[in-house]
Amino acid sequence: MPASLKEIKESYDVIIIGSGLGGLTTANRLAYCGHKVLLLEHHHRLGGLATWFKRRGHIFDVSLHGFPFGMIKTCRKYWNKEIMESIVQLPNIVFKNPQFSLTTTFNKVDFTKLLESDFGIKTETIERFFTSVSSMNFFDDQSMTTKELFEEFFPGRSDVHRLLMEPITYANGSTMDDPAITYGIVFSNFMNKGVFTFSGGTDKLIGMMEKELIKNGVTICTNAKVDKIVIEDGKVCGVVVADKKITSTAVVSNSGITNTIFNLTDKKHFSDEFFTKAKEVRVNNSSCQVYMGIKKGETIEDVGDLLFTSTAPEFDSEELLDLHTRSKTFSIYYPKTRPGLERYTIVASMNSRYSDWDNLSADEYEKQKQELISRSIKDLEMYLPGVSAKIDWAEAATPKTFNTYTLHTRGTSFGTKFEGLDVSRSIHKEIGGLFHVGSVGIIMSGWLGAINYGVIVSNDVDCYLRA
Amino acid sequence: MTNDEIKDLVLDIIEGIDDEADFASLDPDQPLREQLDLDSMDFLDIVMELRKRHQLQIPEQDYPNLATLNSCVTYLAPLLKDV
Ligand SMILES: Cc1cc2nc3c(=O)[nH]c(=O)nc-3n(C[C@H](O)[C@H](O)[C@H](O)COP(=O)(O)OP(=O)(O)OC[C@H]3O[C@@H](n4cnc5c(N)ncnc54)[C@H](O)[C@@H]3O)c2cc1C
Repeated sequence: MPASLKEIKESYDVIIIGSGLGGLTTANRLAYCGHKVLLLEHHHRLGGLATWFKRRGHIFDVSLHGFPFGMIKTCRKYWNKEIMESIVQLPNIVFKNPQFSLTTTFNKVDFTKLLESDFGIKTETIERFFTSVSSMNFFDDQSMTTKELFEEFFPGRSDVHRLLMEPITYANGSTMDDPAITYGIVFSNFMNKGVFTFSGGTDKLIGMMEKELIKNGVTICTNAKVDKIVIEDGKVCGVVVADKKITSTAVVSNSGITNTIFNLTDKKHFSDEFFTKAKEVRVNNSSCQVYMGIKKGETIEDVGDLLFTSTAPEFDSEELLDLHTRSKTFSIYYPKTRPGLERYTIVASMNSRYSDWDNLSADEYEKQKQELISRSIKDLEMYLPGVSAKIDWAEAATPKTFNTYTLHTRGTSFGTKFEGLDVSRSIHKEIGGLFHVGSVGIIMSGWLGAINYGVIVSNDVDCYLRA
Repeated sequence: MTNDEIKDLVLDIIEGIDDEADFASLDPDQPLREQLDLDSMDFLDIVMELRKRHQLQIPEQDYPNLATLNSCVTYLAPLLKDV
């Protein structure tokens, strides 16, 4: 059970602000290293974007659409074996658009086969492409864009570009204008060994993580929104939460990097140079989702686990962001998702701009939400004819919803563009003992990115605490 | 610590990272990365574990010294001589 604000002590080695996967992992690692850790979360439950909600006996997962193979090793090393053992593959990934329709296991072998058979690309080119992207790393040239990378290997092949880019755009909001290295790093993680999910659902995962944190001695406090990070003589000395000051030697913010700098910290503590750099950080796009529950007792046919669908003639990241986009993914959750709960749910996900939803009147906002639901159900009918009659719950989330629950600037779903990583990594050089963890820089986002970044930041914090 | 003890320490840490790691055919002069399929996160784990167990602070620019088993010994020996 999380502690209430009244019960918590006045002093800790480290306070973590926010319980997204990055914050949870940092808390767990630092407790493992022997530090006294306090985790403060504004929402009433842990997990941040790794979350779920219940309606009429349905359980809807918000960000459990798929993660890379690397999660298995990461969960074993930084969480526990039981968590690792619940990770299972999603075998059928479907693409359907005017340029091609195919089903894949989403691994290197299958991609190579498909690029040869369906797209007529030479084996040698495919091999060279895979070798080139898998050898990319953080220290490579950052000026090449993903578009240039694609043109080098598959010139003029908008169909191939679509196959390679569309899943990544949904996974982290990046576009063909982002640096090729961010594409290379994410693609190599994702498309090498298939797409995986957590059997039992997000609720089970977060429950297991909470148990592990408590076992390791982390003090957890929910409904606790941090208002301010307290700094004295260039060093952090705690936070203010509900008018109460709690002291600590280090503070790790899992709040968005823009929130951390512009809302939680007094500007005067940053150098002008750093502050200017921080102002230039672009946050990523947000999302819309439609959650659909199938009536108890009804079933639907297996049409694949994750469907990348579009009726737009070609891939275009601007089109994906449009309020009336014709592109969306469907995640279909069969009873295997939560063994024992015989239910089917479907989540349609779209990329979206905060500004398109922010300026609507209350009536217009509701109307747009209803239209979004209708369009999603209509599109779903193409894959599951007759499904409308089986749906007994449909509800939409917009960029405003994501903003409300996570406080993220403009409801960003995937942190920031590439430049955010450097700002996140260097904040502790500005203010002693202040660290940031959480989706930044494209490569540190998603479930795997956020967890691994938590480990990297824990190392910095542990180093600071033991210095 | 003797050189052998340092070797055991490093291997023990790696075993904690991957309990199926096979040390039987390990060449101490060849990179650990390829032989044991370690990635950069695994090296970070080694650094953290050395700090946890022996309060060693290994700066990032020194990470390359941990490349092979023998280079680990050479690098760690002076740091662990009083342990
Ligand atoms: C619609 C959608 C679908 C996604 N699908 C996938 C997917 O299929 N696979 C995948 O790998 N990734 C997916 N992602 C991305 C993934 O969910 C995120 O990258 C990851 O969960 C982010 O973790 P984080 O550590 O950055 O923190 P977040 O999850 O962003 O959490 C930050 C936490 O900090 C808290 N907080 C903020 N400010 C304060 C404050 N002042 N005081 C206290 N608490 C505060 C927030 O309440 C929140 O709990 C998806 C994201 C979205 C939005």
